[in-house]
Amino acid sequence: MQNLNKTALYNEMEKVGGKMVDFFGWALPIHFGSILAEHKIVREHCGIFDVSHMGQIFVEGKDAYKFIQLINTNNVKNEAGRGAYSHIPNDNGGIIDDVINFCLSEEKFLIIVNASTQEKDFEWFNKKATGLDVKITNESKNFSMLAVQGPEAMQIIEKLEPKALEIKRFGILACQIFGQDSFITRTGYTGEDGVEVIIPHSTAPKIWQFFLENGSKPCGLGARDILRLEAGYLLYGADIDDTHSPIEAGYGWVVKLKNDREYPSKEIFAKQKAEGVKTKLTGFVVSGGVPRSGCEILYNGNVVGKLTSGVFSPLFKGIGVGYIPTDLPEDAEFEINFGNRMGKAQKTKIPFYNNKV
Amino acid sequence: MYKAEECKYAKSHEWVHVDGDIATVGISDHAQKEISDIVFVELPEIGKQVEAGKQAAVVESVKSASDFYAPVSGEVVEVNEAVKSEPSLTNQEAHGKGFFFKIKLSKPEELDNLLSFDDYKASL
Repeated sequence: MQNLNKTALYNEMEKVGGKMVDFFGWALPIHFGSILAEHKIVREHCGIFDVSHMGQIFVEGKDAYKFIQLINTNNVKNEAGRGAYSHIPNDNGGIIDDVINFCLSEEKFLIIVNASTQEKDFEWFNKKATGLDVKITNESKNFSMLAVQGPEAMQIIEKLEPKALEIKRFGILACQIFGQDSFITRTGYTGEDGVEVIIPHSTAPKIWQFFLENGSKPCGLGARDILRLEAGYLLYGADIDDTHSPIEAGYGWVVKLKNDREYPSKEIFAKQKAEGVKTKLTGFVVSGGVPRSGCEILYNGNVVGKLTSGVFSPLFKGIGVGYIPTDLPEDAEFEINFGNRMGKAQKTKIPFYNNKV
Repeated sequence: MYKAEECKYAKSHEWVHVDGDIATVGISDHAQKEISDIVFVELPEIGKQVEAGKQAAVVESVKSASDFYAPVSGEVVEVNEAVKSEPSLTNQEAHGKGFFFKIKLSKPEELDNLLSFDDYKASL
């Protein structure tokens, strides 16, 4: 753990049994005792996750909204307090990152980016900002971030900030928490209702304690991966990357074409939407073992793809997603190669789990 | 129960409890804690000949898949069906309800190659 980045909550998490692992260069807990128990807590009560590895990039200036429209496939409202999940496309029909854009004011936006893509994003943003009146600052190092997730999350966050209840899905509230400028967003990566709080490192341990004392349980990356895959959320670097398009990933809904703004690869995406794609990210329920990323997907004995994500889901047993050709028969039967044996795979719609948040 | 103190151990974390010429096998309590939530166990068929040190079963937890090596050689005479349908039994009771299968020993002298409880504990 010595060469890894540590979040402001490292010691707090170790104290309550966090089993730390290397996650893209960050020391983060894989679990606090049981991945399955933590999964259940989030589906039924409330769990908290340290997501301080996520990045915060601010965009400010007269052309801030113009810039936002230039880099995103999805429409983002220029209305303080609103936000939108979106993809950042490259010039070749691939995805640089999947992000959430928040409007803080007419001329100021906050983009939440993935940990592993931060530097690449920052570079791309600066390139795209050429000639525009915007200042782009990567403040990822200055913030801690906590995800508070589950059916009981809102009643717990209410005790910290009553106004949090008024935040719309994908909305943001700028507020003070323990006397420090902070943000609360109605977002998450679990498929449950809840918030994420973006806070300075100085108050992070105090806020962590507050959530624990008010009935939430610490949860790790293991549970987070099951929860997000059940909910059909993509993991950048696994399910999507610089070479797959949002349409291939089944996220055509984040690619908005009916507008007069230009963004990279818009024409490629329009063509893909009109003519279809050759491969598509497909969901599978797998029996006979636990599917893992990298497992081969077979049809008629031939390898037609590989799982990009796979987990044991307490709700569905084995679940996984992977890119397969779109020209296979609708009722095709698939097999998964676990490495040392085979299992059956049933094609299923994504998301596997939908709690309508 | 197959008391941990009365069992012998392979370095790869399998335990063996011997009663006459029948050896009951499973994974150690230490191993079940390390791999955490067990969600899938594949066991050999009754009648199969297993060989000491060779793969005989697969244990999958939420985190990873691990091979289970037969600690002794012989014929599989009983398989724990309960653990196949409820793999978490091994987390609850690695030395009891969560055992894997039973072997009719074909080379009892192999038991001498295994570790005692104290030696196994010291090796962790």
